[in-house]
Amino acid sequence: MATKSLKARHNALVTDNKQLEILEGGIFENGELPFFKDKIAQIGQFPLRPKKLEILQINVGYMCNQVCEHCHVDAGPDRKEIMTRETMEQCLEVIRNTGAHTLDLTGGAPEMNPNFRWFVEEAAKAGIKDFIVRSNLTIIRANKKYYDLPQFFKKHNIHVISSMPHYTRGKTDKQRGEGVFDKSIKALQELNAVGYGMPDSSLRLDLVYNPSGAFLPGDQVAMERDFKKALIEDFEIQFHNLFAITNLPIARFLDYLIASGNYEDYMYSLVDAYNPSAVANVMCTNTISVSWDGWLYDCDFNQMLGLKVASKIKHIKDYNEEVLTDRNIIVSQHCFGCTAGAGSSCQGSVT
Amino acid sequence: MADSYYDPADLRKFGNITEWSEELGTKFFDYYGKVFEEGALSAREKSLIALAVAHVVKCPYCIDAYTKDGLQKGITKEEMMEAVHAGAAIESGATLVHGVQMMNKYNKLSM
Repeated sequence: MATKSLKARHNALVTDNKQLEILEGGIFENGELPFFKDKIAQIGQFPLRPKKLEILQINVGYMCNQVCEHCHVDAGPDRKEIMTRETMEQCLEVIRNTGAHTLDLTGGAPEMNPNFRWFVEEAAKAGIKDFIVRSNLTIIRANKKYYDLPQFFKKHNIHVISSMPHYTRGKTDKQRGEGVFDKSIKALQELNAVGYGMPDSSLRLDLVYNPSGAFLPGDQVAMERDFKKALIEDFEIQFHNLFAITNLPIARFLDYLIASGNYEDYMYSLVDAYNPSAVANVMCTNTISVSWDGWLYDCDFNQMLGLKVASKIKHIKDYNEEVLTDRNIIVSQHCFGCTAGAGSSCQGSVT
Repeated sequence: MADSYYDPADLRKFGNITEWSEELGTKFFDYYGKVFEEGALSAREKSLIALAVAHVVKCPYCIDAYTKDGLQKGITKEEMMEAVHAGAAIESGATLVHGVQMMNKYNKLSM
């Protein structure tokens, strides 16, 4: 398993942004598979346009304690892109005035940003209805200074969403690294201990499942049932919902698909599973993604591809919700990942 | 023409059989889809049965398809291998139970 990001390994996929070239070329360029824009044009959805903004998703930095094989952020301990306090101040100004009901902090491991706690405390004062932190679980056990995170989350009524690739040790560690499973289990037990994830608790704990390989996630309801049964029987762990998320062919997952000879088959699977009824609810229609350096994107995936919003407002310092909402969303073939099967978003399936 | 009998890329074209017989093809795929829905058996259980049968009928397309389907449903490799053994056990049992016929015939013909 790799211990460095693609960026640190000077991989051309990310250093020269070859990803878009791949997603626009090959089996799509030669007509074997249709372009995403043509598929959505058939149902009158091209250009794709935003609806009302509901979710403000802020990426506070690409630094992470893990180097997951499938990571579309290409996050890792060697990534130095961290949101500054100045950019956080600009974000807070937006959070205080936005019409969005959900604030979603992501990374990397957001907790590794040195100003993370200050930012959460300030943002919590804005009274956003649903305040999410995407925590990878192992961070809670990574270092003593993080041991009190469950209490900190509880104090600010944070909605915790955590990744858990499988309820067995083998599959989890293969995707995320040796020891990740045991640490994740311990962290979940600690979250349960302060009240997170318990059946009648208002402290929300949701898990994210994404496949550990070149295949699509199964039915979210069935997966949730299997996860709940296994986690309670084996570890007495409880959680609220499971979100099944499709891996998109970006950064390390794209690198893996190509290296393992699975790229074409995977793209076929995504296109075969195209579900027109998922298009209306893809997350870019109700989300704005903010990068560590304050740039604005249609989604976290477009952020990693370097595709800034097609609007004259491109940076958080110039933020204007009304102007931003009046834009066309930038699409490419990775978007098939969000319209496959029941659809996929940071909140799980969309149909 | 392909220079071998089985080409993995042909699996993607399975649906094309409908082009030469629309009514029968459509009926088959409707039936097939319905069979694998959640019912008295879960879709997960049916996927494991399909995987075992795929091995017994030695269909490489089906093995590819139901290994992937199993992964998608979160089925573990231990469960998959046990399903294959269940299929193999029935297949070898079906051979061996004919041994009774052999024994019967042997006994009948022998003094």
